[in-house]
Amino acid sequence: MNNATFRTEHLSVFYGQYEAVKNISLSFPEKSVTALIGPSGCGKSTFLRSLNRMNDEISQAKIKGRIWIDGVDINDPGTDVIQLRQKIGMVWQKPNPFYKSIYENIAFGPKYHGIKNKAELDEIVETSLRKAALWDEVKDRLKQSALSLSGGQQQRLCIARALSVKPGILLLDEPASALDPVSTAKVEELITDLKKELSIVIVTHNMQQAARISDYTAYFYLGSLMEHDTTEKIFTNPEQQMTQDYISGRFG
Amino acid sequence: MKTIDERPVQVQPARGTRWKKHHAEDVAGRSYTFICAALLIVIILSIVYFVASKGLATFFRDGVSLSDFLFGTTWDPEGNNGEPMYGVLPFIFGSFATSLLAALIASPLSICASLFMTEIVPGWGKKLLQPVIELLAGIPSVVYGFIGLTVVVPFLRNVFPGQGIGIAAGAIVLSVMILPTITSVAADALASLPRGLKESSFALGATRWQTISRVILPTVLPSILTGVVLGMARAFGEALAVQMVIGNAPHIPRSLFESASTLTSVITLDMGNTVMGSAHSNALWSMALALMFMTFVFVMIVRLLERRHRI
Ligand SMILES: Nc1ncnc2c1ncn2[C@@H]1O[C@H](COP(=O)(O)OP(=O)(O)O)[C@@H](O)[C@H]1O
Ligand SMILES: [Mg+2]
Repeated sequence: MNNATFRTEHLSVFYGQYEAVKNISLSFPEKSVTALIGPSGCGKSTFLRSLNRMNDEISQAKIKGRIWIDGVDINDPGTDVIQLRQKIGMVWQKPNPFYKSIYENIAFGPKYHGIKNKAELDEIVETSLRKAALWDEVKDRLKQSALSLSGGQQQRLCIARALSVKPGILLLDEPASALDPVSTAKVEELITDLKKELSIVIVTHNMQQAARISDYTAYFYLGSLMEHDTTEKIFTNPEQQMTQDYISGRFG
Repeated sequence: MKTIDERPVQVQPARGTRWKKHHAEDVAGRSYTFICAALLIVIILSIVYFVASKGLATFFRDGVSLSDFLFGTTWDPEGNNGEPMYGVLPFIFGSFATSLLAALIASPLSICASLFMTEIVPGWGKKLLQPVIELLAGIPSVVYGFIGLTVVVPFLRNVFPGQGIGIAAGAIVLSVMILPTITSVAADALASLPRGLKESSFALGATRWQTISRVILPTVLPSILTGVVLGMARAFGEALAVQMVIGNAPHIPRSLFESASTLTSVITLDMGNTVMGSAHSNALWSMALALMFMTFVFVMIVRLLERRHRI
């Protein structure tokens, strides 16, 4: 797995003096889902955010080590962060649609990247919404405010919005933990579908969810990567007692 | 829908339980807040009643018609040139012109200042600008007027044709005075934006500038407009500083650099020279009533904007 096109190499992230992510080397195989699990505060979000340089926005955050995507070190001074982020979609725990219409939410990213043609935008809006399994629910109300959607619909809208710039990688930080069970099931189904086209990295606190949807699982503890293997292996026969304890809910 | 406040007031302890200290405190607290609220309402209602009774006397007792008052352009309450005339259109014009122009000058500056504080350099930008803005808000209006008279008026006189006094001078002084209002409302709105909104935009590959102009500003626009309206309301009601720089001529000026008046400046200038109960005095009260009505309109606009924002 060490020649995967998307991987981190001895990645550490510091907030000031505090090392929130410690020397993590992790590969994300193409067209598969990698779940990041571990107790709260162990650095999962920090790790995920460094993958599309979202930590740039936090002035005290410092990165050490490398992150490779298609043979490019994304923290290289020559890397265009705008182009990089276009390749990597991100969705957060709390749905955060723009205060605009459903259509505008999706057309937004493509417009940033210079697409002005109305027909082309229409097409992107439709495919993105279809991929996020939201098209049938909203196709008659594209002009309505995105805030009029339910929480679960808003989250799928955010996924559609992330897909609108046609990324190859999708980062999801607990995308279903604020949703009801039905919406959660829809999002999970969606992730399984999207896996056919994208590499997905998902942070989740829900062990069943990790087991259901991921191909690989990485267990984090206090900023370190304790164990990384296929989900099947981690959930049936982990190498470490600690992983076993966490998964079976004995601590966390 | 029942809110907490509408629940039946229950100050009596349930039967069988003793009166305890916290029950007494509860009754005392409730009574105290109730008395304060009642007092406030009584005061406000009496002010409105007082101003209205005086202000309406112009029309009902002194027989001035409302249209002559609102649309008349001649202000001659003492009847120096024959019949007394009570046309206040020049002052209404002056008030609107100065406050609109002030808002026009102050809004872009305030929006930039609030963006600087919250988005561009949230660290020292805020540390630097916040005290400056609080200081601006605390400077008494007479000081603003004084500065306006010694700095702004001579500057305008040198650069533009005219005396320097007038709508432009008034608007410039007012714009500095309302800067803190708009800036702090806008900064609060920006600071309370959900963090994810900005990050989502960045994550789509937007630059900082695109994010500010297409996500952040449109989202906080209703709040910023609220700030602008509040600022205009303040400008509309400001008397002293304006009176010091506007010239106080009672007609509609032909340029921004010609002496003019506002509703407030005329009231402050004339009120010492009128006899209580005279038609002149009543006309000033009518102008006060008009000012109060405008304040009411401004409050309504703010309410509407806030309601729209919530949806
Ligand atoms: N912006 C920040 N500044 C300073 N410390 C932070 C910041 N964000 C997170 N941390 C710290 O980094 C550690 C890891 O946090 P996080 O990545 O959010 O963990 P997780 O997502 O696994 O719950 C925590 O101890 C947290 O307090
Ligand atoms: Mg987290």
